Amino acid sequence: MNETLPDIEEFSKEVKQWVGDNKPARPNFLMPQSFMEVGTEEQFQYLKAWQKKVYEAGYLGMSWPKEYGGHSMPQVYQDIVTRELVAQDTPFMVNTLGLNWAGPLILFMGSEEQKKAYIQKILSTEEIWCQGFSEPDHGSDLGNAQLKAVRDGDEFVLNGSKIWTTLGTQATRMILLARTQSHSDSKYKGLTFFLAPMKVEGIEPRPIQKLTNEYGFCQTFFNDARIPADCIIGKEGEGWLVAMKTLMFERGAEGGQAGGHTSMKTVVEEVINMAKRTYRDGELSTKDPVVRDELVKLIMYSQSMRLNSVRDRIPALVSERPSSISMSNKMLITEFNKKMGEVGTSLQGSNSLYFVDDDNAVDGGRWQQAYFQAFSGTIGGGTTQIQKNIIGERVLGLPKS
Amino acid sequence: MTTKAEIVFTEEQAQLLDIAENFCRDKSPIAAVRAQIDTVDGFEAGLWQEMAQLGWLGIAIPEQFGGSGLSMAEVVSIAEPMGRSLFATPFVTTSLAAQLLLDAGTETQQAAYLPRIAEGSITSIASSEEHGDWNLSHIDCTATLDHDKLTLAGTKTLVADAANADTIITTVKYCGSSCLVLIDRAAIDDSAMTREVVLDQTRRSYRIDLDGVSVPVGNLLDVSKTAAALTRHHKLSCLLLAAEACGGIAGAMDVTLEYLKTRKQFERYIGSYQSLKHTMVDILTGMEAARSFLYHAATVVDDGEKGEVAVRMAKAQAGEVFSYAGDRAIQFHGGFGFTFECDAQLFRRRAFWTENQSGDARYHRKRLAALLLD
Repeated sequence: MNETLPDIEEFSKEVKQWVGDNKPARPNFLMPQSFMEVGTEEQFQYLKAWQKKVYEAGYLGMSWPKEYGGHSMPQVYQDIVTRELVAQDTPFMVNTLGLNWAGPLILFMGSEEQKKAYIQKILSTEEIWCQGFSEPDHGSDLGNAQLKAVRDGDEFVLNGSKIWTTLGTQATRMILLARTQSHSDSKYKGLTFFLAPMKVEGIEPRPIQKLTNEYGFCQTFFNDARIPADCIIGKEGEGWLVAMKTLMFERGAEGGQAGGHTSMKTVVEEVINMAKRTYRDGELSTKDPVVRDELVKLIMYSQSMRLNSVRDRIPALVSERPSSISMSNKMLITEFNKKMGEVGTSLQGSNSLYFVDDDNAVDGGRWQQAYFQAFSGTIGGGTTQIQKNIIGERVLGLPKS
Repeated sequence: MTTKAEIVFTEEQAQLLDIAENFCRDKSPIAAVRAQIDTVDGFEAGLWQEMAQLGWLGIAIPEQFGGSGLSMAEVVSIAEPMGRSLFATPFVTTSLAAQLLLDAGTETQQAAYLPRIAEGSITSIASSEEHGDWNLSHIDCTATLDHDKLTLAGTKTLVADAANADTIITTVKYCGSSCLVLIDRAAIDDSAMTREVVLDQTRRSYRIDLDGVSVPVGNLLDVSKTAAALTRHHKLSCLLLAAEACGGIAGAMDVTLEYLKTRKQFERYIGSYQSLKHTMVDILTGMEAARSFLYHAATVVDDGEKGEVAVRMAKAQAGEVFSYAGDRAIQFHGGFGFTFECDAQLFRRRAFWTENQSGDARYHRKRLAALLLD
């Protein structure tokens, strides 16, 4: 096999060239920073076309098995591509949920039929995926999901609602956690995990306006919606285990993702750049000692996460608490992103009062937008506070709250 | 692809870390640490000899001088577990002194002193003065040439383990520039050396009155190499203090977690309360960052500006988090935390000791700002 693999250096050059030649022109709208921010059809189509192009060039899902649409290549090739996509500031992969959570999950524990049916379409964007975990009354308490799924022959009949369905109106398929049994002794029992079709009578995603003014996601209502029983993944009644596995993928605690970046990263250098073009007391912000201290803290924050990921790969340096770094990742990154939005905004002085759509807004208001949008990270996928409970209990062994 | 790894951790380092962890756990349980508080020396001479026999004092000394010819990265592997156990010996100061001699010692000085250090001859560094400034070139002590002798003047403070040292390397101003001078312990009159009362009771330090101390001119380290040696000394000092602080954070966490898991209030383990639990997670993530900075710094310390950035980050992070971990350790023990008997205070005192040598977090962030923003 190995002799057919391209030479790493050659491959890197080829990828660099391809990305340079093919990356799409800047759109005339404010680019969403992640799939959670896609609010208009225009944005969605732009991003979808880009993912499709990357896939068709053979640069997505490279380490996923060939028989399902990937290329069965070592991860290093995909990593090279992903790095290059980031380096050249290309748009992110819009089918984030499929590529990073649903796809790895199906490959990990789906049936042969499911792998054949879904994996290739995730990569090509033929099927866009969304997630049905949280419910209006049960945000962080995922195990308490109440959406009912009642078996009727070869089908399940769904009733209830899910909330925070990102890309709800565009998605054709949902990873769905539903209650198939309600009399069990533990709330975690009786849950079942479905790979549910979205374009079905009785499933209605209704867009929700976000704190940023935009419409990014939905509340999805289920009224006697019928879905086939064979779209269960894992075993009926054991959906909690599947959901936990999915969260491991979501939080980046486990690998197997298709590759490509999933958000436009604001990097700390951009915040520093903001300090170099704004003023306080008649001088550049970078001359202000308090600002300087704040910026160094941000740089250290960013550097520590990078070095954490390096150290995490050296077993002798993480032996005492092997899961500590990977379990804290999501919390640290999302809090950092919010912090960058906040500092990047405040550095603008009185101009920090503007918002998207004002002609005077610095950088089109993207810092203000980024700050508010960053709450999706610190709240979604388990709030920072829930993360601290989990880390405190699982990594430090503290008693349950 | 061709860039150097940011953290290298060799088999030797892993083995040393393992050995040192076991050594410190066995030889320096908290009862032993407390027992040393009331002794004159603050450490057991027997243990120091064991460390010398294990070759720990010669780790970063070249083989030609009786050492193992490894690097400071291996010394870090030993300093970290020592910090965790609050194990107090002249290890850090002696290791740093050896590097000063390597960097600026003349051939004669290296041949005379390095083999002795590798065998366990305690060597200390006198760089602090009454002004309390961390900047190593802020020196008021002086040396003047008097025939073939250097006559020293001024006062040095916070000279670690000086009473047990065979040799002390001191900074002085000589002919207008910062210089380093070797002083044999015998050249200092006992009455010129006063034990200081320091907040970390597990440590020993001395004030030395240099007035009238006279040494042969041959004890002056190579003047042309001294500036570079002092720059490197500051980096290495930060590196080893960061290592001890990283261990210290882990030690403070051990003590606190143990209490949070066993102490009950209102019929609940106090560790189940989120205000305590979440704070411990903040300390944990702070420690993880500190260790990542530390082992990166250990890898690149001698790599120019990159090394300087890395050690300053390591020192800033480890020092600040250790202080916080110690502070919370006392607070989370409640009333017991206010007593001398509670071990939390030992860690808080050690945190002051580590953070406030060679620059606290603010000091290093200021230097980092100049390196990263200008």
